[in-house]
Amino acid sequence: MRRRGPLNQREPERLEQDHRPGSERRDRRRSGYRSRLRPADIWGLAALGVAGRPVRALLSALGIALGVATLTAVLGISGSSRAQLIAQIDALGTNLLTVTPGQSLDGGQAVLPKTAPAMVRRIGPVQSAAAIGQVSANVYRNNRIPLVNTDAITVFSAQPNLLQTLQGHMVRGRFLNPATARFPAVVLGASAAAALGVDRADGTIQVWLGDHWFAVAGIMAPLPLAPELDRTALIGFPVSRSLLGAYGSPVEIYVRASPASVAAVTRVLAATADPAAPQNVTITNPADALTARADASVAFQSLFLALGGIALLVGGIGIANVMVISVLERRGEIGLRRALGATRPHIAVQFIAESALLAFAGGTGGAILGGFATTVYAKARHWSAVVPATTLIAALAVAVAVGAVAGVYPALRAARLSPAEALRTI
Amino acid sequence: MSALELAAATKEHPGSPPVVALRSVTLTIGEGEFAALVGPSGSGKTTLLAIAGTLERPTSGHVRIAGTAVGQLPDRELAAVRAHRIGFVFQQFFLVSTMSALDNVASGLLYRGMSTAQRRRAAADALATVGLSHRAGHRPGELSGGEQQRTAIARALVGRPAVILADEPTGSLDTATGRDILALLTALNAAGSTIVVATHDSEIARALPRTVRLRDGGVESDSGSMR
Repeated sequence: MRRRGPLNQREPERLEQDHRPGSERRDRRRSGYRSRLRPADIWGLAALGVAGRPVRALLSALGIALGVATLTAVLGISGSSRAQLIAQIDALGTNLLTVTPGQSLDGGQAVLPKTAPAMVRRIGPVQSAAAIGQVSANVYRNNRIPLVNTDAITVFSAQPNLLQTLQGHMVRGRFLNPATARFPAVVLGASAAAALGVDRADGTIQVWLGDHWFAVAGIMAPLPLAPELDRTALIGFPVSRSLLGAYGSPVEIYVRASPASVAAVTRVLAATADPAAPQNVTITNPADALTARADASVAFQSLFLALGGIALLVGGIGIANVMVISVLERRGEIGLRRALGATRPHIAVQFIAESALLAFAGGTGGAILGGFATTVYAKARHWSAVVPATTLIAALAVAVAVGAVAGVYPALRAARLSPAEALRTI
Repeated sequence: MSALELAAATKEHPGSPPVVALRSVTLTIGEGEFAALVGPSGSGKTTLLAIAGTLERPTSGHVRIAGTAVGQLPDRELAAVRAHRIGFVFQQFFLVSTMSALDNVASGLLYRGMSTAQRRRAAADALATVGLSHRAGHRPGELSGGEQQRTAIARALVGRPAVILADEPTGSLDTATGRDILALLTALNAAGSTIVVATHDSEIARALPRTVRLRDGGVESDSGSMR
């Protein structure tokens, strides 16, 4: 056995050789070995970390789950509602146009000529056109009601083909026809009937309209394309002239054009309705307005989206919090991994992957929850549930990104730990 | 070529006054040696092992592992040296409680970029070497202390490192189990492994072919290499 003397005297010399400047300098920065961690193993480590503390993982993923559930449900419900509305509009047809008198040049209310409906009907692609006319009268349930209690119901005269032009439906009774249009018969809009408390249209109920008794001939279902008619009482043009002395100029003409020619009809409609003053005529397409409204309703959801975003953010902070604690608790594991050959980036990536995985798990749960909520809500309203796949993917991607960002700080702390220190403090 | 060389390695922890944990230690462990680092608490055993294992850098002096000078290597390269050339055994085993013994052993090869199947194959061999093949599927919680340390030793040797550094490997075990572990290490050494054991137990030290005695961060005595 040799004593340490000679050994120790010899060895420093050999080691010193390594410190010659020049050719070996570059080699001294290389060990000839590589520390590598396969991508699949990164996720294995992340899953191991998550599965090692299941309850904590569940709780910390909950925030993300709530955020994603909110986002999914808000987008899903508003998307379903919009899809429902658009489907309804499409079913009603986008080829309905309305002609209304606009403002005349002197700023007063313009008046459509009485001949306008007939003129409009002569346009080739127009399938049908029906006018409503001004009547200066109010309708009451009976003649005992104070005159001021009009219930905001407007009385119009209407042409018999109005219902067909609007593709409306009757809830009770029948719409006006050329015969009933000459007698004191009235058809009520859905809200008007409700306001008057009329639910039968068998001819036994009469309402007090312009100082005359009018028999209720029918009650209309709500008209999605002409909701302004829901709170009206409609009588025939002939009876409005004979009994109430109305002049009979049209206040609105509903025009159903052939779908292919809507644009062409729109162009000639004003000049046809009032050849003398086409600038006084306003043409609108109610379906366009409804579609715009459906789109505008999306604006209401921004508040809820913001709430979902905040939930996501809080979820991310929760994950960061849990991961910081986890790093403190797992110093031994970190030291061990460094001893096994992990580089600092390997340690950092492991913790980032772990929080991204937590967020992904939470996000998946949230997406399922949000999809479920959307389905339940849509079912309750008899809509078809629409949860766009892009929404789900985007929500998940945002969740994972939040998780990964949340993991950065804890990961850096873990990577900064000195391995010897980490092993010693256990 | 020696497995491990330290030349005038000194470690100071900053402070006022600075704490000197290791004082100009020069030590060479030849290939196939089985050496004990002994000394009381605070004598620098753990620091010496950390520096020899590249977990810490010496304040001054030089370290070579299997011929590779590690002094100027960046952190990434040091990690690579640890992944390929050094096996660690700790007093607290440091096994992952949610993984089987086999997977714990396989994790010794995790940072070499090998496939799971390759790692598992090598791990099965290493478990056979330490006599634990029948416990491969058990988790650490289902193993005795001695079996856990055998698993940890298998993890250290699975990558066929140039040197195995064991810090108080019997410190958490009862005397009989400690002797078993020592017998295992002796057998591994006989089969060719280079092993350095830090211990405060002189009985263990006496049983080993070479004893390096540390005191106050310096080498007090060295029974010398047998070769």
